Amino acid sequence: MTRLLRTNAFRMAALYLALFAASVLALLAFIYFSMAGFIEQQAEATIRAEMRGLREQYDQRGLTGLVEVVQARSAAPRGNSLYLITDPALAPVVGNLDGWPPNRDVRPSWITFAVESPAHNGEIDNVVASVSVLPGGFHLLVGRDLRDADAFRRRITTTLGWAALLTLALGVAGGLFMTRNMLARVEAVNRTSARIIRGDLSQRVPLTGSGDEFDQLADNLNAMLDQIERLMLGMRQVTDNIAHDLRTPLARLRARLEVTLLERPDVNRYGEALRETIAEADRLLGTFNALLSIAEAEAGARRENMAVVDLAAIARSVAELYEPVADEKGLAFTVEAEPGIAVQGDRHLLSQAVANLLDNALKYTPEGGVNLTLRRAGNLIRLEVADTGPGVPADRRESVFDRFVRLEGSRSTPGNGLGLSLVRAVAKLHGGEVWLEDNTPGLKAILTLPAADSPALPRTRAAA
Amino acid sequence: MVAAGAERMKLLVIEDDREAAAYIAKGLSESGYVVDCAADGREGLFMATSGAYDALIVDRMLPQMDGLALIAALRSAEIRTPVLILSALGAVDDRVKGLRAGGDDYLTKPFAFAELLARLEALLRRGTGGAATTKLKVGDLEMDLLARTVTRSGHELDLLPREFRLLEFLMRHAGQVVTRTMLLENVWDYHFDPQTNVIDVHISRLRQKIDKGFAKPLLHTVRGAGYQLRAE
Repeated sequence: MTRLLRTNAFRMAALYLALFAASVLALLAFIYFSMAGFIEQQAEATIRAEMRGLREQYDQRGLTGLVEVVQARSAAPRGNSLYLITDPALAPVVGNLDGWPPNRDVRPSWITFAVESPAHNGEIDNVVASVSVLPGGFHLLVGRDLRDADAFRRRITTTLGWAALLTLALGVAGGLFMTRNMLARVEAVNRTSARIIRGDLSQRVPLTGSGDEFDQLADNLNAMLDQIERLMLGMRQVTDNIAHDLRTPLARLRARLEVTLLERPDVNRYGEALRETIAEADRLLGTFNALLSIAEAEAGARRENMAVVDLAAIARSVAELYEPVADEKGLAFTVEAEPGIAVQGDRHLLSQAVANLLDNALKYTPEGGVNLTLRRAGNLIRLEVADTGPGVPADRRESVFDRFVRLEGSRSTPGNGLGLSLVRAVAKLHGGEVWLEDNTPGLKAILTLPAADSPALPRTRAAA
Repeated sequence: MVAAGAERMKLLVIEDDREAAAYIAKGLSESGYVVDCAADGREGLFMATSGAYDALIVDRMLPQMDGLALIAALRSAEIRTPVLILSALGAVDDRVKGLRAGGDDYLTKPFAFAELLARLEALLRRGTGGAATTKLKVGDLEMDLLARTVTRSGHELDLLPREFRLLEFLMRHAGQVVTRTMLLENVWDYHFDPQTNVIDVHISRLRQKIDKGFAKPLLHTVRGAGYQLRAE
């Protein structure tokens, strides 16, 4: 329960309840005062009418006539109306009141006083009355007891009291219900988090499917968890890969040095071995750097370097770097880039991605040509590198994006099997995608990126 | 590689890893430089402030005082000695930070010694060229930077824009060894390692244009290091 009191949800519910109660009370108070006022006004209107009638009697028939009328009216068992005529010394002359109410004004005015009610076992009634002074110093008092009005007022007060209590009870119950409901959903998030902290990263926050804020929160949390899991998986993969694919060349390097040492000392042979070792070390470093670049791109660590860049200029510049390579191999190399294609990105990474695609295409195409096209399709920028090489079998077109994956036939070509992995990491970092298609014959690599003015840009797509 | 006879250039290596420092110092002395070493940032700054050095080789992460802070301190003291930063941090933004702090060049560890030598040489000679050069000349090869023309023995050579920039860089560093990475960084502004050796292909194309048909080649390959444009 103390936990409940400390929750935001409870505080919100309490605040809401307070506001709600205050509004209801204000409303009830308004009803009370307008009802009560209405009854009093009615009583006063009746008194005024009676007073006017009696004054007419007096005007027509004089004091005697008035006394008669009052006597007649007072004779009946006392109802709500009270009458009293007194002489100038306030001694009662006629009327159903025993005497002038003590300490009440005798000048023409409205007065209120209390009187015992003979009809109700001497209970005290409140009375409102009008006083009028007749010529000759006689006083005329016409009043109405407020027994009904008071009863009504009491009834209203009781009713309103109960209504207030009911409001409070309903509010508290509703608030508690709401709070508990919200708490339960927060609790679900907490439970999931706790399980994840304990090590089960596959846990996800359950959704209710209502699409409300809690669902959105849960959805975002889940998306975040997906991202973390992907990164973790990537990390694990890198570690595995390093173990697998870096240990082999290191072992080779070590073996070469060891064997050289076993041989008869020979300066030339030693020099050769050292040069080979350096070359091997450089290859290892190259692989290592490539792995780091991929990890960096995947972690999204370089997002702050993103700016609006002209992908057409980047593609053309990289193409220009590779053009002599195509030329030397006797391959036709064409570049068709729509001018001024802007994407939000990191110039260096995008250059490297395009370079890797071209590098692959040129490396694996023995004859024919390589074609780079860049165009805009709706909100997407589509960069295609098509070649006339041997292509990639359909069932391997996904796996070649994994680290260190190389096709059987390509083992003899230089390369570390990380080129496409980097392209994919760069694509993902930029909210884009990359995949391979059949170019019949050959291979077509397609890289799509959101255009710089695309509305879908800010949130990097969580592509599978 | 260093002009013999002339007063030998003095270098200061500020590096806390003793083994690495010894290796760099040994390599540089063998290349004809006079080398001092400092093992931490404060000592390095103290020694560098004397202004007695022609260039500094500064490791980025140093005890006592960070390498970048050291460079910034030197620069604010109006000491303009060229600085080559060595760092294990190789990302492009690390590089940019290093250059912004006042470094003149940035080399990621581990590096080939030839790369260090080539970059150092480029730094040491940089001051002498004079900024307002409009003509470059190496042997009978001449480049007019304003008219953007290149002639060899009076014959005009037809170069593509990128070939022109490549040759310009080589001519500005005539007599020095220029590595592939230096070319990729300075001519193309790329800071990644293309898997295919594209630079070699560009160089061989350029060589076709400037050396083909002439008795004395100007553009030489330096094994294990890079290229050199020289007249003799």
